[in-house]
This record gives sequence, C-alpha cells and structure tokens, in this order.
Amino acid sequence: MTKKLSLNIIPIVHKEFRQIMRDKRILGVLLFFPALMLFMFGYALNFDVKNTSMAVYDEDRSSVSRDFIQQFFTSDYFVKVRTLSSKAEINDLLDGEHVRVVLVVPSSFSKDIQKGKSASVQVIVDGANSNAAATVLGYINSMTQQYSLKVMAESFMRIGGRQVSLPIDFQPRVWYNPELKSAKFLVPGLIAFILMVTTVISTALAVVRERELGTMEQIMVSPIRPIELILGKTIPYIIISLIATVMILFFGYALFDVSIKGNIILLTIITFIFLVGGLGVGMLISTLVETQQLAFMIAVILSMLPTFILSGFVFPIRNMPPVIQAVTYLIPARYFLAALRAIILKGAGLSAFWDEAIFLTIFAAVMIGVSSLRMRKFLA
Amino acid sequence: MKTILHIIKKEFIQLRQDKKMFGLSFAAPVFQLLVLGYAATFDVSKIPTVVCDFDNSASSRALIRSFTSTEYFKVVGYYDKTSEIDSQLDDGHASIAVVIPRGFEKKITSGRSAPLQVIADGTETSSASIGLNYAYIIITRYSQNIIIESLTKRGSFILPARMSAEFRVWYNPELKSRNFMVPGVLGLLLMVMTMVLTSLAIVKEKELGTLEQIVVTPIKPYQLIIGKLAPFFAIGVVDVILVVFFASLVFSLPVKGGVLLLLLLSLIFLMTTLGLGLFISTISRTQQQAMMTAIFFFMMPMIFFSGFVFPIENMPAVIQYISYFLPLRYYFVIVRGLFLKGVGMNILWTQALVLLIFGSVILSLSVMRFHKRLG
Repeated sequence: MTKKLSLNIIPIVHKEFRQIMRDKRILGVLLFFPALMLFMFGYALNFDVKNTSMAVYDEDRSSVSRDFIQQFFTSDYFVKVRTLSSKAEINDLLDGEHVRVVLVVPSSFSKDIQKGKSASVQVIVDGANSNAAATVLGYINSMTQQYSLKVMAESFMRIGGRQVSLPIDFQPRVWYNPELKSAKFLVPGLIAFILMVTTVISTALAVVRERELGTMEQIMVSPIRPIELILGKTIPYIIISLIATVMILFFGYALFDVSIKGNIILLTIITFIFLVGGLGVGMLISTLVETQQLAFMIAVILSMLPTFILSGFVFPIRNMPPVIQAVTYLIPARYFLAALRAIILKGAGLSAFWDEAIFLTIFAAVMIGVSSLRMRKFLA
Repeated sequence: MKTILHIIKKEFIQLRQDKKMFGLSFAAPVFQLLVLGYAATFDVSKIPTVVCDFDNSASSRALIRSFTSTEYFKVVGYYDKTSEIDSQLDDGHASIAVVIPRGFEKKITSGRSAPLQVIADGTETSSASIGLNYAYIIITRYSQNIIIESLTKRGSFILPARMSAEFRVWYNPELKSRNFMVPGVLGLLLMVMTMVLTSLAIVKEKELGTLEQIVVTPIKPYQLIIGKLAPFFAIGVVDVILVVFFASLVFSLPVKGGVLLLLLLSLIFLMTTLGLGLFISTISRTQQQAMMTAIFFFMMPMIFFSGFVFPIENMPAVIQYISYFLPLRYYFVIVRGLFLKGVGMNILWTQALVLLIFGSVILSLSVMRFHKRLG
C-alpha cells in the first residue's frame, strides 16, 4: 500500500516542480525575496529613533541655557534644524513636518536655577507617530533629569559636600540582543511571515488554479487518490519553503550575526510542524473557493495579516487590548514565533516552549485532518 | 461612449456575480481596519518586571516603589535568587529585571556609589530601549532625592534647583498608536484592493483566453481599459468612505481636514494604484505571477519604505531617496495630515501635485504598454 502510494506521488511532485521551475519569476520570488527582505530589515528598517529634527527657541540666552541645549545635540538622537526667534513660527514648522520637536527654554531658566527654584523647559512634540514620539519624550526627559542631577552634584560639591560620585551607579544590561539591533528581533518573525505567506498562498493558488482552468477534473478522472494529490501538491512547496528558511538563517548569520544559539534539530522539527499547519490552511482555502482572486483575498486575511500583526512579529502582544490578545491565541504564528525566538536568540531548550510546541502540533494535525476530509469529499 | 458604458456594466455584473468576492471586497477593508486599529500598537506600558532585592532595606524598598508607581513597569514577581531571573526572562514571563545588591543602603548613606542592575530582554528592541530609558529616568530622580535629602540633613539653606520638561504633544495628545495606524490603513487598503485586484482581474481574462476574444471585437483598447478599471475605481471610493465612517465611529477619529478633500486626494492616489495594477497585468502571464509580482515587488516595498510603520527619517540616505519615488509616501502624508493635523491644501498641495504627476505618468505608460501587448 505504502509502496503504491509513494509511486503515485512522485509524478505529481515532479509535475508540480516542473511547473514552478518554468515560472522563473515565482521561483525567484520564493527563494530570494526572503533574503532581500532580511537585508532590508537589517539595514534600512528599524524602530530606532535617531536624528530627530528639532527646533530651538532660547528665550533665556544665558550660558546655562546654551549649555543645557548643547547636550541634546552632542548625542545622535537630535539634529538642530532651526533656531527660532519667535513662538509664532512653531505652528508652521510642525504642520509642515519640517521638525518633529520644538524645545522652548523660558527667559527665567537660568535665574530660577541660580535661585534654587524649580526650572522647567517646554517641549512641543509632533505626536502623530506615537511610537517615535514616546521615545523622543523619553530621551528628552532623561537628558533633562541627567542635566538636573549634574547641576545638583556640582552645587553639592560647591558647598563642601563629600559626595563626589553619584548616589546610584546605574548598570543597564541587555540580554539576548545587547546592541538592541532590530534585525535580531525581526529575523525570527521574518521566517514565520515568509513561511506562512509562501505555504498558504502558494498551495491555495496551486490547487485553485487547477480548478479555475478546469485541469482539476482531468486529475480527478485519473487513478490518483486524494491524499496523493494533496501530498504531491504540497511537497514541492515544503521543500522550497525549507530552502527559503535556510537562506534567511544563513544571511541572518552572515550579515547580522544572528546565530542559532539553541538546538538546530529542534528548530527544524518546529519549523516542519508549522509548515505542515500552513499547508493545511492553504489546502482548506482551496476547497472553499473557486477563483484565484478569492483564494488570494482569503489567504491575505487569514494568513498574511494575522502573521504580520497578531503574532508579535512587530507589535508586542501584551500591549494589545484583552479581546485582541485572546484572538492571538488562535494564531499559529504566535506560538511559532515564541519558539523561534527562544531557540534562535535565547538558546532555550524545549522546556521553555513546550506548550507552544504542543499547540503547533495540534494546529497542524487539525488543519491537515480537516483539509484532507474536505478535499476527499470534494474530489469524490 | 456607449461601448464603454456597456463594458463597465458587464464588469460590474461580473463582479457582483461572484458573491463571495463581492462581499469580501467590502468586508475585508472593515476587518483590516479593526484589526490594525486595535492590535497594531507600540504603546509601551506595564512591562512585566521581576525584582531581586538582596538588600531589603528602606532605601531599596523606596526605589522599588518608585518603579511600581509608574505605569511603565508592572512587578510580576519578587525573587531572592539571580538564577530565577534567567528562567523568567528565558520563558518570556518577564522583560525587565531589577537587581538591588546587598549593601545598597549602606553605600548610599556613606556617600559611595551604589550599583544597581537593570536587565532588559533585548529581543523586543523597542520595549527594551524604552523600558531602560524609563528606568534611567526613575533612578536619576531617585538620586536627586538622595542629594537633596543629604543637603537638608547637613542644614544647607540653599537647595539646588530641580529641572523638568513640560511636554505638549500635538496632533495625538494621548500618543495612541491607533491614531497613527488607522489613517495609514487607508493607504494600505487602497493598494491591496485596487492594485492587486485590478492586475488579477485582467490577467484572469488572459489566462482563460477571454481577453483574445475581446481583442477581435471592435472594442477599442482604451474602452476596454476604462471598463476594466471602473469597478475597482468604484471599490476604491467605497473603501475610502467605509474607512472614514468606521474611523470616526469606532475609533473616534474624524477627518479634521475635511472628508471631501480626502476623497479628492484619494482619487488622485487611485490613479497611481490602478495604473500600477494595469502595468503588472502587462508583465504577468498567470494570476499567480501577477499576485506575487504585485505583493513582493510593489506592495511590500511600498508598505515598508513609505513610512507606514517604519519612520523614513531613520532609513539610510539611499533608501530615503528611493522613497521619494513611491506614491504611497505622499499619500501617507496626506491622510495623516487630514486625519490628525487637520491641515488643508496650503500644506498638502505639494503632495497632491506629485501624486498627480505620478498618476498621469504611470497610468499613461501602462495604457501604452497595454496597447502594444494587444496590438
């Protein structure tokens, strides 16, 4: 029985492969796009907030205010693009997106400091991009506090204080990704995203295409069994997706030093389980719709969007509202991503993500089961 | 003219015949808007934090309190072994760990520097850097308190000044990610719904061989193009209205700059997406190819390099120059300007002009290419 099964699969796999190979563009996209995206994410796309454009309005014009302002531009967080001479200019600058931040030092600034009163500066921020704005607020806040501490320590020493060192020696440590490189954060996510897109969309389209063009009926009258057709259709995409995964890992290592800290065999097994689940989803979609357009739309809604948005790829899950957090439990990429990050970045073993592994297995089994049942019914 | 109307009518009938597709054309935008609006949030708050307090003194407890009193940190566990930190961070149960070594209070009172360790899980880059920054602010404030306290104790009459920054956040005062994302979703949707679906619809006729049948009829290519593009143009317009409706209803985000202006500028943007859809159809033989080309060569680069989530200012100079050639970049400025800032044409005219130029160039080039392929 098994022998007969495998004999029938080979020609289907062979045919599907030839069809993919003939279309050079699709093959190129499937193989090289992942690497290209990784390259882009590593070099061009990140959430680091640097070189924020800032305009300064110094009403005080004292040596203290100049000293205070200067510290912002010795870091690479801010770039001074304009020095203002009146408050009226602020509106147009922010509306026209010429600057993101305006720093206003009031005229009483240095006097207040000398008298020992509380001195405050005003900061006006373009909050449209909330993430960047929050980071900028944090930078300005910490720089102001740092300056304040410096002034305090100086005046403390002036009146003969013994304390020359700061009271607390802050020692920040960043684990797993010490330089806080976005690339490290994104590599595992990218693997999940690419695998989901290629498996679900490719398999769904590969089957629906046959339906739309009427060639499915020809296959149905042949002695091929449903399971053989399913396996034959999906095996080529599994192989291509695995090659794409290896390429992401290779380029991640070569370009961004993202090495796999954990067990590679574990990584392979988890990836394989995830792939099987993705293929199941693709198959299921293909039994539900008749046209490629529709298959594409459903695949985007069911696989691409959730994998991008609800899996924790870019947006941290714990910041989402509770209802959406509940929904993320239904997204397989969520579990895959947690497992990938644990293996690749943290070097953790199965004990850190066994629950995720179990869910992925259940998901894959259910998807393959349901889609085979539907496929059988639909082919019979 | 009559011929065009007939073709448009035929296309609309075809569109409505596919019930699932028709329903999805309107359900998908709403679904995407809701998911992105609610889920796509970068807001950092309540970072799960574990604490190892080896000192267990009044000073160390005061410091921990200053962490818990902010909304940024949420202490999920107190431990007395550093090995616990390892497993908590490995499992992802905590993202920040604060370690206060023994002798913390003693060092402070004797005027020496007391070390304090804050460990962050760097796999979530954004949360880690924001979290560490807030930890730094808290600790700096705490240090200032210590200095002031010891000055008061020594009977100093002049206390040093404290400095603070007063923030005014414009356009999005509560700094909600949602307000940033929702207008952007409009640009995203229009691209998916018009560019990708247009290319698929045309290539489908190619694939099924019906395009050749049309070519041998007396229908002129331009009539065919207008007829093919019309339904997707209509879908685009309906999508804009849907997004405006749901944005104000669900996310209480009205179009401050005026709905009509948004609609007008969106029409200009639609010229570029429809033109690109047509262009993709001329370079693709199968629907699979058209879709892959549309997604990977057009949609993804546009989404990533136009400032949808990743700020353009942080990209390398080369990419920044490239982004000037992406229509979506200008459309994002327009939708965010209209939704959040409430600016008018006096600010947005440059964007509108650039889009108009892009739209006419792309559309006419694609039409020319389409002609040649048919001829």
